[in-house]
Amino acid sequence: MKNKFSLFIIVIFLSFCFVVFYKGLNNSNTYTPKVDEKKKIPTFKAKDFDSDNYINSDKIFDEKIFYIVNIWASWCVPCRAEHPLLMQLSNNQSIKLIGLNYRDNFNNAKKFINEFGNPYSRILIDKDGTLGIEFGAYGVPETFLIDKNKNIIKKFVGPINQKIVNDIKSIIK
Amino acid sequence: MKILKILIVLFLVTNFSELSSDETNDVLKNKILKNIRCLICQGQSVYDSESEFASSIKLIVDRKINEGLKEKQIYQFLREKYGDWVIYDPKLNINTYILWLLPLLLFFFGGAIIFRKLSN
Repeated sequence: MKNKFSLFIIVIFLSFCFVVFYKGLNNSNTYTPKVDEKKKIPTFKAKDFDSDNYINSDKIFDEKIFYIVNIWASWCVPCRAEHPLLMQLSNNQSIKLIGLNYRDNFNNAKKFINEFGNPYSRILIDKDGTLGIEFGAYGVPETFLIDKNKNIIKKFVGPINQKIVNDIKSIIK
Repeated sequence: MKILKILIVLFLVTNFSELSSDETNDVLKNKILKNIRCLICQGQSVYDSESEFASSIKLIVDRKINEGLKEKQIYQFLREKYGDWVIYDPKLNINTYILWLLPLLLFFFGGAIIFRKLSN
């Protein structure tokens, strides 16, 4: 009786281990930070792309509207793919786009904007990538949707697509 | 002459204390960087990684130390940005209870078996 009970416990334990490891096989090994977590926007000081002056974040997000912060660089191929969609979003009056030029050469970034158009109401220079870290970014492109209360409500890792644009439009409506 | 000696001593003391504070900051910075995971080269610490993300984190940690933030505050800052996963040393919370308590439970369970065998 005692042996049967021990055997039963061992079988249960091994089955538990099997289920845990089997489920683990289907999980991705790559960690991605949460994208739907509501966070306050960071306070920072950044260099303006056009005027070369430093601006405080409270001056950048000074209107009670939705904002989009898009991290981009001229050397980033997916940024070119998402650019027409950002241009499309910039036509919307209820949202302002802020560009964060990530680890880029100024002249190349300028050429990029001249060639593909400027969807941003303001571009900030993030020469060393630390401004991106303040936003919780870890690559380029990344896009953050900020609500009227200055909370980051959504984060899109990688290039945005038409579905994401439609989602954003339905949120800001 | 006496004044000169005092000045030399003062100069040496202030310079050595600055050096030691820089060294302490470097030690702290390296300790923190070794305890942060790189999100790009997953499996590597930020200290070991050469990715752009890692180099930005290195700058941020350096800046935060110079601003006077303590080690725990820097970890908290990074946790808020990237979640608990970014720190190698996980905090004890509802998601990590099993992680922390399972080895202890197994230890006591094994100990109890050995104790029973020996007492028999």
